Amino acid sequence: MLEVRNIQKSFDGTPVLKGVDIDVEKGDVVAILGPSGSGKTTLLRCVNFLEQADSGTMTFDGETFEFGHVSRRDIARIRKKTAFVFQNYNLFRNKTALQNVTEGLIVARKIPKYEAEKIGRRMLEKVGLSDRCGHYPHQLSGGQQQRVAIARAMATDPKIIFFDEPTSALDPELIGEVLAVMRQLAEEGMTMLVVTHEINFARNVSSKVVFMEDGSVVEAAASRDFFQSPREERTREFLRTILGDSAELPR
Amino acid sequence: MLSERLIQILMDSFWKILLPGLTMTIPLTAISFFFALIIAVITAMVQFANIKILKPLARFYIWVIRGTPVLVQLFVVFYGLPSMGIVLPAFTSAVLVFSINEGAYAAETMRAALESVPAGQMEAGYCVGMSWWQIMQRIVLPQAFRTAFPPLSNSLIALMKETSLASSVTVMEMLMSTQKIIARTYEPMALYIEVGVIYLLFSTILTKIQSIGEKKLNSYGYQKG
Repeated sequence: MLEVRNIQKSFDGTPVLKGVDIDVEKGDVVAILGPSGSGKTTLLRCVNFLEQADSGTMTFDGETFEFGHVSRRDIARIRKKTAFVFQNYNLFRNKTALQNVTEGLIVARKIPKYEAEKIGRRMLEKVGLSDRCGHYPHQLSGGQQQRVAIARAMATDPKIIFFDEPTSALDPELIGEVLAVMRQLAEEGMTMLVVTHEINFARNVSSKVVFMEDGSVVEAAASRDFFQSPREERTREFLRTILGDSAELPR
Repeated sequence: MLSERLIQILMDSFWKILLPGLTMTIPLTAISFFFALIIAVITAMVQFANIKILKPLARFYIWVIRGTPVLVQLFVVFYGLPSMGIVLPAFTSAVLVFSINEGAYAAETMRAALESVPAGQMEAGYCVGMSWWQIMQRIVLPQAFRTAFPPLSNSLIALMKETSLASSVTVMEMLMSTQKIIARTYEPMALYIEVGVIYLLFSTILTKIQSIGEKKLNSYGYQKG
C-alpha cells in the first residue's frame, strides 16, 4: 500500500536520508526504531510532504510519485488519504477538542456539520474523551491532547496513519494511555507507520520493525524476527543497549 | 482662581468641543483604523507567505511610511497633491494619510503575531487536508489576532490622539474647535486642559473596551499553548 524507494534528503548539504526503502502493507503496524538523528522523523515528514525530499519514488494506494516532482494537487490528494500524529500534538489552539476532530471533515471534506460532529463524538469516545468535547487544548493534559490528536487522525478515515514519536513529549505516567489507544487502533486493523522510542510497543504491537541509523536502514524485519534473531551485529548491539542483557531472550 | 466667567466659558465650550469629537475625531479614528487593519493584514500576509515581488514592495511601504513624520505625510497629501491636480477634501486626505500611516505600523504588529503562531499549527492543518488559505482563515489568523489584540488596541488609542494633527490640514476636529474658542476668549490654559481632559475621557473608554475584549477572547480559550 505504501512503498518508498531510495528516498534521499539533505539539509544544507548534510545528507539526512541516504536512500531509504520502506514497505507498508495494508494492516501493517511498522515501527521505525533508531537512535536520535538517524533520520526517522525526516523520513516520516518527507513521506507526508511536510519536508520536500530530494529524490526517490513513492507508491501509495496504487499511484506512483517522484519525490522531486509532485504537484501541489497530488500532495493535497495524498494527504486526504493519510493522517499524521505529531510529537507535540499540534492541536489547533483556538478550537475545542471536538472542533479539532471535525475541522478536517467540515472544511477539507465538506461533510455537513451535524454529521461531522457525530463522527467527532464517536472518535473522542473511542479515545476515552467523550467528556472533554468542549475543552480547549490548554485545558487538557498532554496525554489527553495526544488522544484528541489521534481521534483527529482517525476521523478522516485514512488509509494510513503516521505517528511521529507520539509519546516522546509526554510525562511518563501519561504514556500508557496513549499507547493503549494506539494498540487498540492496531488491533482494529489500522495501517500505521510509527516512529518511536517505545521498544515495548515495537515488540508487542507492531508487525514489522525498521531499524535506522545515520540516514540508512540497517535492518527491516518482522517484529518477532527482529527481536528474537536480529541479522545485523549493529542491531544486536542496539537491542543490548536498550534492553540490557535480556536482549537475547525471547519476549 | 476659577472666576465665574471662566467657569461659564468652560461650560459653554464643553459641548462645542465634545460635539466635533463625536462627529469628527471618532469617525476619523474609526474609519482610518478600519482601513489600516485591512492594509495591515494584507501587508503582513504578503510577507508571511513570502510572495516574490510583493514582499519587497511591502517592506518598502513600511520603510517609507515609518520613516517619515505623519505631519509631513498630511502636508504632502493636502497641500502637495493639489499642485499635481489632485484635490482631496480635508477629511478624505486625513483618512487617507492616517489609514496608510497606521497600516504600516499595524502591519508589523500583525506580522509578528503571525510569526508567533507555531509552525506546527500550519502543518497540522495540511495534514487534515486543509489548504493554505483555509488554514490561514480558520487557524492561523484567529490566533494571530488574539496575540495582536493588545498592541493593536494601543495603536488605536494612539491614533485617536494623533487625529489632532488633522487640525493642521483644516479638519474641524476637537483641537481645532478648541483653538477657535481660544481665539475668541483668550483662555488658552483652561481650554487646552479642557480638550486634554476630553481626549483622556475617550482614551479611558477605549482602554475599558480593550480589557472587556481581552476577557471575551480569553473565554474562548485562545490564551496559552
